[in-house]
This record gives sequence, structure tokens and C-alpha cells, in this order.
Amino acid sequence: MSNTVIKVENLSKQYRLGQIGTGSLAHDINRWWHKVRGNEDPYLKVGEANDRASKGDSEYVWSLRDVNFEIKQGDAVGIIGRNGAGKSTLLKILSRTTAPTIGNIKIKGRVASLLEVGTGFHPELSGRENIFLNGAILGMTKAEIKKKFDEIVDFAGVERYIDTPVKRYSSGMYVRLAFGVAAHLEPEILIVDEVLAVGDAEFQKKALGKMQDVSKGQGRTVLFVSHNMGVVTQLCNSAILLNKGSVAYTGTSDIVVQKYLNLNLSGETYEAPEEKEFYIKKVQVVDEQGKVCSTFGTSNKIYLQFTIAKNIKKASAQLSCTIQNKTGDYLTTFVEDLDKWFNDANGTNEHTFQVLYPGDLLVPNYYAFRLAIFSGRAVYDLVEMICPFSVIDEGSAMAMYEGAGYGYFSTNHQFKQIL
Amino acid sequence: MSTLYKELEREQPMTETNTDKEHWDMIIQPKTSMLDLQLKEVWRYRDLIMLFVKRDFAAQVKQTVLGPVWHLIQPILTTIIFLVLFGGIAGIQTEGVPQPMFYMAGITLWYYFSLSLTATAGTFVTNAPIFGKVYFPRLVLPVSIVISNLIKLAIQFGLLVVIMFYYGISGKYVFHFNIYLLLAPVVIFILAGLSLGLGIIISSLTTKYRDFTLLLTFAVQLGMYVSPIGYPLSKLEGSKYRILLEINPITPLVEAFRYSLFGKGTFTTGTLLYSFAFMMVSLFFGIIMFNKVEKSFMDTV
Repeated sequence: MSNTVIKVENLSKQYRLGQIGTGSLAHDINRWWHKVRGNEDPYLKVGEANDRASKGDSEYVWSLRDVNFEIKQGDAVGIIGRNGAGKSTLLKILSRTTAPTIGNIKIKGRVASLLEVGTGFHPELSGRENIFLNGAILGMTKAEIKKKFDEIVDFAGVERYIDTPVKRYSSGMYVRLAFGVAAHLEPEILIVDEVLAVGDAEFQKKALGKMQDVSKGQGRTVLFVSHNMGVVTQLCNSAILLNKGSVAYTGTSDIVVQKYLNLNLSGETYEAPEEKEFYIKKVQVVDEQGKVCSTFGTSNKIYLQFTIAKNIKKASAQLSCTIQNKTGDYLTTFVEDLDKWFNDANGTNEHTFQVLYPGDLLVPNYYAFRLAIFSGRAVYDLVEMICPFSVIDEGSAMAMYEGAGYGYFSTNHQFKQIL
Repeated sequence: MSTLYKELEREQPMTETNTDKEHWDMIIQPKTSMLDLQLKEVWRYRDLIMLFVKRDFAAQVKQTVLGPVWHLIQPILTTIIFLVLFGGIAGIQTEGVPQPMFYMAGITLWYYFSLSLTATAGTFVTNAPIFGKVYFPRLVLPVSIVISNLIKLAIQFGLLVVIMFYYGISGKYVFHFNIYLLLAPVVIFILAGLSLGLGIIISSLTTKYRDFTLLLTFAVQLGMYVSPIGYPLSKLEGSKYRILLEINPITPLVEAFRYSLFGKGTFTTGTLLYSFAFMMVSLFFGIIMFNKVEKSFMDTV
């Protein structure tokens, strides 16, 4: 049972800042001459804080540090992490476009990696010629491509144009053909980057379906690198979370996706720049655990916490609270009377409130808040587009479409068969 | 769930003894032995080599009216220039061989060498986009370039044969073909190896220093004049410049090529062996450098 097909051991990749080489022989000779005479390197600036004290630790960057994991046959594994977590570097090493600095990866079976579809497509060549060329670049033999040829053409739906140079193809046809070739590779291990974010919705569905077949139906191992948590949960049974070049968690995909949400993405806290007569002092968005957060799954409850302070004697005011979308439009607003907390009889003049927005209210997208304290036409304080947060798909069937058609609100509907 | 991973605590991985017994198809590691030339890997991708050859050739010909005829125009024009320059103005004798035939033979070889060399020298820089996305043995590309240029050479050689035919039929030159005719393919083979070896050395250097690309263009232009293309080596008998041609590994090849076809040329087994040794050494160092660079050039290019 324990049939490990990929074993990553102590994998590390170091990049060097500043001194990769100046790109010109003359410059390198000049640098060497400066060094010989004991002078400072004249080209040492790029990416370096040119500071003697911090020189030792700033010159090198570990893009991956001591990464260890194993992948078993037939697994579909998602690799997730923020930008700069080391996903791309890991992918590059796995697909052998660059070598690791330390450690190794042991692999059983043939690997094909799709960091991009249509690598090596030549615009002047016909669809037919490009299928053969691209297939061979991806590691297929001529005989294998011949066997798959009709299937690829069929999948891409370009039968009529197969002898036309691909430069005359529409971009959709081009991508379909390119993905068709890639999808019909028959490696034991398939490594896929987020190449699926291309093409129309119908094609995306087809492409993801094909990937699912590959992992579930044919028992092949798939590594899928993505930012789209929904697709990862849908496609992968397990996942690896990278953070700052190291493995933060491994486990089933839904658990790891939750870890990803909790891990980082500390939300922004708004704090008033100055005191006013009656103002919004502090605002934060927090999750159920009370942690400041800026990413929520669709089903998560969203808590808005804010502090209001009053420095004047007599005032009656109302609070309005709005969720805005990323362009600033108002999606939903409520108004609350503040008088009962801020009357003169009450000793304190500062209170903290919490608003609970239930889950399944917002569709995956980016949002922000707008808060205002006003009285009639007089506005005491107004803040807009603060505490931005995003709602992301947790694995609905819609995730396949990369958020293209979520619409504006979620309906929390019931769906059942009645006949 | 088929597998549930343990959370990664920095604990001992699998026991070492267990792993050693397992068979792995591929191990990705920082460095491989310097002398591991990975030629087996290149052989596994031979289909890709042939497809690259086809691509190079087909893509060049598409959307041109004259198609492959273009490959003939260049040597013809250069021959005409040589006829004027070396034959007419300088009045250099060509060992009794009709001048057009003499020049054409040298030019055909030189073009093959210079085209292969400049194209292979650009391997890393021109193919960086592909290399960054997918793995295949990088050596596949320079090898395919050298082969696809062989097709062009064959076309140009065809033209040379036509010219030889003309001189033979009209009785203007008497050919004495013999066993030395077999030397021609050997010469072309050595030339191919030489352009590949030197080309990949330069391509490995250009990943860091673009200077070499510029240097190469210049060197190729000058190289033609220190090779016996427009004049025979025998012309330099007793000249102090002869040494320049003798250290040039192309010289014996051109002379041997002419000897095998026309029966006129100055070379010895020793000079040919020199060219061969030069080829072997440049190929050997070329492949070592190339393999070293291919592992990490994406970080420096």
C-alpha cells in the first residue's frame, strides 16, 4: 500500500542576491580588478542593502528551506501557499528546469510537468506538426503521439483546422490544442501549474474534468499548484501548505486549506489618525476565534469590531455600516442609533461594538467596509474602503469557473427533488 | 481519504535502510558527476531531435516563394564575389581547378560551419523561454541544429555536384575519382562535431557573458579569411602567415574536401588527425560545460 512515488528530502534552494554576475565580461573583470586591489565591488547594489552589518544575512535568500514530504501513488496533491512561499521554486525543481542547492527528490515513474501549455508551439507550423513537436517536448515518443493523435484533435475540437498554421488559430483554439496535447500525456506523475485559468468556462470544466480522470480514474499521481482554494479542495485529496519556503502543514486538502486561511493573511486594522469630537477610533475584521483576519471561506461568519469615541458634551448621532465591493459600491447598509450608549449620564465616552455577518452571505470576491457617524446632514466621521477582506470558495462546484460567474450574493437556497 | 499525512514535525524521516533498497527512476539532486555526459538521455529523446530538425527546416521555408532555393542563393552570390575579388582583382590561382567549382566547395563547407556554430552558440539565450518551462536534455537543441544545417549543406552540395557535372561533361576539367571520395563524408562529420563542440562551449559562456555573442559574429567573419576558402593552402608555401592557417582546424578539412572531389589539396593524415582531435576535445569540454550550465542557467540567464 505504501507506494511512495515522490520523496523530497531536505530540499533547499538558495538564491543569491546582488552578485549573480554583472552580465558583462568587462564588468566582471573590472570587479575582479577592484577586488585584487582591495577596493569595494563597484557593481554591488542590486537587491542588497549595502550595509556591512547586515551583509551576511542579506546576500543569500532561501527560497526553499528543508522541505520534506512524500507523495504516494494515485494521490492528487495540492500545493498551496502565498506568493513567495516557494511554490514556483518547488515546481521548477520538480520539473528540472533548475537544480536544488541542497537535498534531493527521488521519483518513481515518468514525470511530465505543465508549467505552461503550448511550450514550444511554433506559429508557422500547422496544428498537426505542433502536436507532434509539443508532445515530443513534453517527453512523448512519436509512436505514442500517433496513437493519441485523434483523441487530442477531438478533445481540442480543431479538426477542420488541423493543417492550418497555428498562428491563424483563435486564441481559444490555440489553448485548447495546447492543453489537449498536455492532457493526453501519459506520465505516471503529472505536475500542473495554474494553467487552467485560461479558456472559456466550458473548456475549463473539460480541462479540470480531464485532470480528475487522470488522478481518480487512471490511478496516476497529480501535483497541482494553485491559488484557487476551491479547485484544490475539489480536485485534490491531500495538500501541502508552504510558508516562507518550508512545509507548514500536510494533510487532507480541506484541512490544509483551512490552515492556509488561518495561517497568515492577518487582516488590516484601521486606526484613526487623529482624535475628533465624535469618531471611529479603531476597526478590525475578525474570525470566529477572534483573530484579526482578512480571508474568509464562504461559509465562515464575519465579525466586524469597532470602537467609537466621543469627546464632546452634547451630541446625538447615528452610525451607518456598509459592506462595499472592490469598486466601492454599497452592497448592504444598516443604521444604528448611538444615543443609548453615548448619553451624558453615561460615564464613559468610548465603546466597542461587534457586528456579526452570517456565513453564506457574500460570494467569493473582495470587499471592504464603510463606517459613518452622522446626525441629520452633519457628518462627524466617515471612513471608506477600510479593512479590506476577501471571501474565497471552499470547494463548491462553481470553483471550477475561477470565480467568473458568482454574481452578487449567495442565496442560501434549498435544492431538492420533488418529483 | 487514501492517504493522511502526518504533520511535519522535525522528526526522523523513514529509516535509512528502508530507502536504500527502493528503486528510484530519477533522483533530482544539486550536482551530478562532472563526467556524466548524459548521452543516453539525449538518445532517449531522439524523436524530439528529429522534430526540431523538421521544425527548423519547415518554419524557414513557409511563406516564402522560393522556399529551399534560398539556400542556394547565398553560396552562388558569395561565389560570384570571390570570382571578382580573389580570382579577378587579386588573381590568385586555384591549383588548376576551375574557380567557380573551387570557391563553391570551400564556401559550402564554411557556411555549414558558421551557420551551425552561430546557431548552437545561441542555444541558451534564444531558448530560455522553453527551457524555463519544461525539461528535456538541453543538448537535444544544439544537436538538432547541427543536423538541420546538414540538410542545407546537402542542398548546396547538390549545386556543387551540378557544377562539377558541367565541367566534367564539357571536358573543361578531368576528374579522377578514387577511394579518397570517401573522405568527403568524414570531413563533414568532423566539421559537424567541431561546430557543435565550439558552439556549446560558447553557448555555455553566453549565459553569463553576452560579450561572446558579439565576439562570435566577428570571429566567424574573420575566420573565413584565415581558412583556405578563397585561395588554396599551397599558395602560402613559405609564407610567414602559413602558421595561422595551420593552427586552424578547419584548414585540413577544407583541403581534404577539395582533394577528395577534385584531386587537388594539401593535407596529411597528421593534419586531419589534428582536426579530429580538436573536435573531440572541444566536444568533450563542451558537453561538460553545457551540462554544468544547463542545471542552473535559469537562475543566471
